[in-house]
Amino acid sequence: MGSSLLSESLLVFRKDLQIERRSRVAMAQVAPFAFLVLIIFAFSLDGDLATLKRLTSGLYWIAVLFSALLIIQRAFTLESQDGVRDALRLSGLHPNAIFLGKTAAIFLQIVVIEILLGLGVVVFYSAELTGWGLLLATAAVAPVGIAAAGTLYGVLTAGLRVKETLLPILLLPALAPLLIAATRTSGSALGEVAVNGWSWFNFLAIFALLYVGLGLIAFTPLLEES
Amino acid sequence: MTHTTSSKGTRVLGFLSLIGIGWVVALGLFMSPDDFVQGDLVRIMYVHVPMAWLMYLSFGITAVGSAMYLWRRSQWWDLVAASSAEIGVLLCGLALVTGSIWGRPTWGSYWEWGDARLVSTLVLFLIFVGYLAVRQIPAESHLRSRRSAIVGLIGAVNIPLVHFSVEWWRTLHQDATILTPDFDPKLDDLMLFTLFLAMVVGTLLYSWMLLHRFRMAWLEEQLLEYSLDDAIDSRRAEATTQEVIS
Repeated sequence: MGSSLLSESLLVFRKDLQIERRSRVAMAQVAPFAFLVLIIFAFSLDGDLATLKRLTSGLYWIAVLFSALLIIQRAFTLESQDGVRDALRLSGLHPNAIFLGKTAAIFLQIVVIEILLGLGVVVFYSAELTGWGLLLATAAVAPVGIAAAGTLYGVLTAGLRVKETLLPILLLPALAPLLIAATRTSGSALGEVAVNGWSWFNFLAIFALLYVGLGLIAFTPLLEES
Repeated sequence: MTHTTSSKGTRVLGFLSLIGIGWVVALGLFMSPDDFVQGDLVRIMYVHVPMAWLMYLSFGITAVGSAMYLWRRSQWWDLVAASSAEIGVLLCGLALVTGSIWGRPTWGSYWEWGDARLVSTLVLFLIFVGYLAVRQIPAESHLRSRRSAIVGLIGAVNIPLVHFSVEWWRTLHQDATILTPDFDPKLDDLMLFTLFLAMVVGTLLYSWMLLHRFRMAWLEEQLLEYSLDDAIDSRRAEATTQEVIS
């Protein structure tokens, strides 16, 4: 059972990545959008490098969050067309495998965006990356929470006519604690704020675990409906 | 057939709430003393604190109703959760507004990001606005109920996360006046009594609102069901008359 859950999850994961590889929506649209957000911040903050540098981690995570929203929307638009949702249910895949597979695919796409945005803040905000251990740990764990919560709310809103507007108002308040924690950890790594980044990192880990757990509990009844 | 959602019980409840409100107004605005530090400003506490307490109560009831719905699949619990959430969002909004009104002269600004409880209440407000948005989406009754129940429960799970993160992020709020671990009220006796009375009256009023809102929601559901049955019946009747004619 355990191994079949894993292999089924991998199946869903690979399916989503393959669709991405062929359609290149995340790379061709979401990545430029992420850069655009960084650049728009610079325009609205007067292009002042000192300010941008001071606010780097906050602006960075907002850009990640907005890009993640698009990735999540995209991940569930895939399922709502051509009766794919019914096909998935009829496929006999365990709903938890679908949850884990989709979460993993969203996670990977967010990580790619994170790396690009990391380069972006170095180039455009002249951020100096320090505290690498904490930075990498945050970049690895925060998107788990975003992807798990996103998959959970994503399936909830998938197939609804109002999904584009409903997902952000459900997801963003839920991700508010994560945004605070991620900003704190990277802020501490970059020396922007004097807090203990690792304790905030633990909060991120708890958040991620909690949402993966919630997803595993709630995904089955949510997928059955629609 | 009466055209009202009230019953003998709710009429008594409503009457008691009304009397209670008058009493709280008299005590709160006129009879209770000024605060040593805050002056007249302290009087906003008599509405603000009950609103905040009732907001937690209503969201708590929404969470319980959602869990009970998922367990028992009874529409009753779903409608309790929905009705309570509506009142909760209203109270939460009012608690934020009264808090801001108090904050303006105290802090010099309507909003203070340093106040953890203010910020986490705002996030809570947004979470349950989302819940109400989910409820409004037209869907079959049991689908809507299940979806809403799950959103309500996840919302409730979010509360401690939001609370701890924001609390840890910053903190400045007035220490809880009454719910301090070692009960040491710094309030004058009459002020304390007024506050307790306001909370009791608020709870009565909340129950009154909840009962009415629940009955209204129940009737709406019945109406939906009956109107469908009616429509089917009338279509059938049409068909039979046409058969007779032909």
